[in-house]
Amino acid sequence: MTTLAVECTGLVHRFGETVAVDHLDLQIAAGEVFGLLGPNGAGKTTTIRVLNTLLPAQQGSVRIFGLDIRRRALDVRRHLGYVPQQLSIEAALTGRQNVTWFARLFDVPRAERAARVDDALDAMDLLSVADRRAGSYSGGMIRRLELAQALVNRPDLLVLDEPTVGLDPIARAGVWERVRQMQADHGMTVLLTTHYMEEADELCDTVALMHHGRLQAVGSPTELRAGIGPEATLEDVFRRYAGAGLEDHSAEGVRNVRRSRTTARKLG
Amino acid sequence: MSVAVERPRASWAEPVRLLAVRTAALSTVELQKLRSDHTELFTRMVQPVLWLLVFGQIFSRIRAIPTGDLPYLAYLTPGILAQSALFVAIFFGIQIIWERDAGILTKVMVTPTPRAAIIMAKRSRRACAGSPRSWSSCRWRCCSGSRSPSTRSNCSPPPSPRAQRRLLRLPVHGDRRHRPDPRPADGRRPAHDDAAVLRLQRPLPIEIMPTWLQVISQVNPLTYLVNALRGLLVGPREPVGRLRCARRAAVLGIIGAASVMGKLVR
Ligand SMILES: Nc1ncnc2c1ncn2[C@@H]1O[C@H](COP(=O)(O)OP(=O)(O)OP(=O)(O)O)[C@@H](O)[C@H]1O
Ligand SMILES: [Mg+2]
Repeated sequence: MTTLAVECTGLVHRFGETVAVDHLDLQIAAGEVFGLLGPNGAGKTTTIRVLNTLLPAQQGSVRIFGLDIRRRALDVRRHLGYVPQQLSIEAALTGRQNVTWFARLFDVPRAERAARVDDALDAMDLLSVADRRAGSYSGGMIRRLELAQALVNRPDLLVLDEPTVGLDPIARAGVWERVRQMQADHGMTVLLTTHYMEEADELCDTVALMHHGRLQAVGSPTELRAGIGPEATLEDVFRRYAGAGLEDHSAEGVRNVRRSRTTARKLG
Repeated sequence: MSVAVERPRASWAEPVRLLAVRTAALSTVELQKLRSDHTELFTRMVQPVLWLLVFGQIFSRIRAIPTGDLPYLAYLTPGILAQSALFVAIFFGIQIIWERDAGILTKVMVTPTPRAAIIMAKRSRRACAGSPRSWSSCRWRCCSGSRSPSTRSNCSPPPSPRAQRRLLRLPVHGDRRHRPDPRPADGRRPAHDDAAVLRLQRPLPIEIMPTWLQVISQVNPLTYLVNALRGLLVGPREPVGRLRCARRAAVLGIIGAASVMGKLVR
């Protein structure tokens, strides 16, 4: 029997009238790289925020490695590494201080702490600039620093919400290469969202297409492509399941676009 | 690869340990931020001195406010400190919102960190950022007091480090049910007569205020905080019960703030 990293049944989350997540059933096997795709406003971030205990599961049940997120939120968090959609580092601190801070928040033992922080920085190719203020880092470096923060506790489940938004192709490739390396080294489960189909195709073992808060299709990229046609790309799959009704939610679109632009602007 | 299994629940000591170590970790970060920005310490030091300089000097010259046998500057200092504490509290409240918008708070809240630790760490930064402020206003008040022979005798020595720490730990919230205690306490200055003691229990001589202001000052928690500060700084020493009341209000404030942290990031 495969261990489930995430097991989510009938999950519902509403913001007032808006149903952001609508009776979502989701299963992610331990050790796989799972991509959650979908248009703006599909409910990807909301799903991730429920899974990592930031939002309450209003309806349905969610288990992370068998732990109920309602009753064992603190224990669930011990298994998580999280990189939010928004850029979020302490610009006034150095790269090393930023990572050490998270090592302490995750109870990395004091004796191992310095070595673990250096390992995480090294894995993200930041060791040489570790003592520089994070505020002086480039966008790609900030993202890698965030990954180092998320990886310093060697999480069992790494959650990445659009980690490559606003990055140039080289920086993007750099981020993915390192995620893949860490995943291979530590065998952790990775849950990511992205709008770059080719990335999802290349990186993910399983892909789920979300639209209007529901999963429209789940499978390996190969299976999903085959379901459309011999020459189909993941983008065709995306258009097939999410293309309809894309123009329906212009009001929330403004908010989402604004948020993405803010992130892109910060990334410089 | 390590995968979680259902573990038995940790003992009651675990949350206490967690609160202590996380508060320490977050406080370290707050102090590192403070160290990287010296202007914050400097500006906080200057502000109360300006208040004392402008208000203190003018009002002590015109002698319009009856403060008993206490020089006006000494009388004013606790109020200025309380006001500064309030400003710092407001500033840190705003800062938490910035951190939420910057996504930093979100990330911290996905770590195994009790919400109360985040608030406690902010408090410790507030205390550190405020210490030059209290030091500067106390020093300045004493220095300026010693220039005038009429006030020197009444100017109490600067508070001991312990008293300063106590001051800084004082919250800006107060217990609204608490009414001023007219009992003269064991004073550092036995020379105070009862009337002076009564006047000292108030942030400003309430008798000279319009009635509506008198009502507000009676229900304003800051009134009681200022009383406690004044008791510590210039005597008569505050009854222990009042300080305990302030501490209790701080605990309530932390619990209240921690309970809305979740809502804040949503
Ligand atoms: N805090 C909030 N208050 C009100 N509505 C919200 C809030 N957060 C999200 N929503 C709404 O919930 C829905 C899902 O939003 P969500 O951010 O999860 O989408 P997403 O799939 O992550 O989009 P994107 O790809 O643009 O990041 C949208 O309709 C959005 O407007
Ligand atoms: Mg999103």
